[in-house]
Amino acid sequence: MKTIAKLTLVLLIAFAPMGCDQGGKGAPAEGGASSANAEATTIKIGEYASLTGPTATFGQSSHKGLQLAIDEINAAGGVLGKQIELITEDDQSKPEEARTAVLKLIRQDDVVAVLGEMASSRSLAAAPEAQRAKVPMISPGSTNPQVTKVGDYIFRVCFIDPFQGGTMARFAVEDLKATNAAVLVDVKNDYSVGLAEFFVKKFQDLGGTILAQESYTEGDTDFRAQLTKIRELKPEVMFIPGYYTEVGLIAQQARELGIDVPLLGGDAWDSPVTLEIGKDAVNNSYFSNHYSADDPDPTVQDFIQKFEQTYGETAGADGSKKKPDAMAVLGYDAGKLIADAIKRAGSAEPTAIRDAIAATKGFPGVTGSITINAERNAEKPIVILKIEDQQIKFVKRIEP
Amino acid sequence: MDVFFQQLVNGLAWGSIYALIALGYTMVYGILKLINFAHGEIYMLGAMTGYYAARALGFDDGPSMIGLLTVLTISMVVCAAVGMLIERVAYRPLRNAPRLAPLITAIGVSLFLQYGGQIVFGPDPKVPPELLAKSTLFTVGSVPVNNVQVVVLVVSLALCAGLTWIVHRTRMGRAMRAVSYDRQAAALMGINTDKTIAFTFAVGSALAAAAGILVGLYNPKVEPLMGLMPGLKAFVAAVLGGIGNIPGAMLGGVILGVAETLVSGYLSSTYRDAIAFVILIVILLVRPTGLLGSTAKEKV
Repeated sequence: MKTIAKLTLVLLIAFAPMGCDQGGKGAPAEGGASSANAEATTIKIGEYASLTGPTATFGQSSHKGLQLAIDEINAAGGVLGKQIELITEDDQSKPEEARTAVLKLIRQDDVVAVLGEMASSRSLAAAPEAQRAKVPMISPGSTNPQVTKVGDYIFRVCFIDPFQGGTMARFAVEDLKATNAAVLVDVKNDYSVGLAEFFVKKFQDLGGTILAQESYTEGDTDFRAQLTKIRELKPEVMFIPGYYTEVGLIAQQARELGIDVPLLGGDAWDSPVTLEIGKDAVNNSYFSNHYSADDPDPTVQDFIQKFEQTYGETAGADGSKKKPDAMAVLGYDAGKLIADAIKRAGSAEPTAIRDAIAATKGFPGVTGSITINAERNAEKPIVILKIEDQQIKFVKRIEP
Repeated sequence: MDVFFQQLVNGLAWGSIYALIALGYTMVYGILKLINFAHGEIYMLGAMTGYYAARALGFDDGPSMIGLLTVLTISMVVCAAVGMLIERVAYRPLRNAPRLAPLITAIGVSLFLQYGGQIVFGPDPKVPPELLAKSTLFTVGSVPVNNVQVVVLVVSLALCAGLTWIVHRTRMGRAMRAVSYDRQAAALMGINTDKTIAFTFAVGSALAAAAGILVGLYNPKVEPLMGLMPGLKAFVAAVLGGIGNIPGAMLGGVILGVAETLVSGYLSSTYRDAIAFVILIVILLVRPTGLLGSTAKEKV
């Protein structure tokens, strides 16, 4: 008798927390308010981002941009007469967590749309869930082409890797006059693998030779073995399509070993941490990106001002003021686009929103004009940035 | 040949780090027949302590030898204390329990430290301040050897030498050897086994902390989960050299570091982590007592 009582007590205590609100960050879910309920006073939009973990700056930046957009829209009266409620989940830079976060947003929080993720691996993990639940998902910055192929509810507001890889290859051949290159790929990372593939293909199509393709894994800290191998082959440029933490270390170790050639990279280089870790080592490198803080276009400068006013100027590692990075701008554009789509749809029904997103033509984003094409991607211009004297400088813009 | 030498230098640097961590494993095993899986996390704590200490003491605005030595000392002291605390709380109560219990506890402590570390320090990787200005000291052929690699090597050698001196030339060292040979007999001879064991943990942890600081210099990125892989590899290094055998741990560490780099450089970088475990399997099949270990004949 006593044992059964004890056992019941233990089980009750163990399972009691499940009844409590298991919140992520952001407003707790209002139980029972479904998106079809006309009585709902807010329109709920879900966001999943890497607020912590090895790619924390991606999520933190895109969240800031998105929050800014939502705040602006709400201040102007919201959409369809209702305020937008942004529910944010942290996926800790892990694909499994991204999937869990999206499931929670869809099932528990009843969001009508999901925004995320910056990293292609995490978008790929979560997209099937959004597709299955028929909730539209807009990725602000995943560039791997596979993401939107998951289904017709998955969109993105940025360019894709065939364009990015091809552009960097062309830049290397035409502007840097390189005839050969070495590539260092993060094999655990869909974005890195895909981008490297497209770079290699275009580079070879343009007549260049790929001297070596070495690999590493996200999380590695020592790349000297691969870099020593690469050094022996004397490439004229090195393409490193990885995430910023590893890129910083790789650049450092490459310079240490005497590799002085220009380093090339993709949009995942865009983070204040790249300069923090890389310091002088990342000088003489170029990377492709979605926007440049030096762009004199008034839309861009307006945004930078607004962002700095709201968040204070992000102080860089050397105490200098740094402008918002591409992730912040993309988050902002994605936020503005989703609100515009809801307005055009005239309703907060996920399917109607989805159709409105698909019909987007010439939407004025800070990163450029956004038109969603048949593959649910946006054809956007690329900017190439150079790192010189530990500063990021604009080099050129390439239209799609 | 130059490439080989370069890879050798790279491998020696990492090998020294593995050796420092492996020493902790091997000493604790020798004395308690316990594989302290939490040891990798002590290494992580050493690196983290170094990061916070450097920032708190204001060494983060430039290279400073004094800064490096101070941070090294602080880190070693803190981790020695943590090591002793873990021993006192997690392992001593299980001193006479069947061998499996402290083993599982060790894994538990390891996980606790990893995830606790994520909560306390945040899971984002941090960049330790540059306490040593990097410069190429000399070149052999076309291979640049930079000062950080030399520092890593020299500090490791110094610490290993220090440990050997402690073990063979001091009373406490003699006590450690006695306890590892036969704990009960040592107790009968008047040796305070509790104190000896605590001392062993302290020294092992201090060495792991030093390894953490050196890694912060060499590859400036620290995060709460950084102890997992090096901890496992150092364990393999200890087994390779003969678990319980101190020179064996040093040898194992160096061999592992060099093997890893050579495989990564000459075969394929994707096999870098795999080689450690291949070595583990091979050594357990071919010579389970390790390269320098010896089978103790049990006299009935």
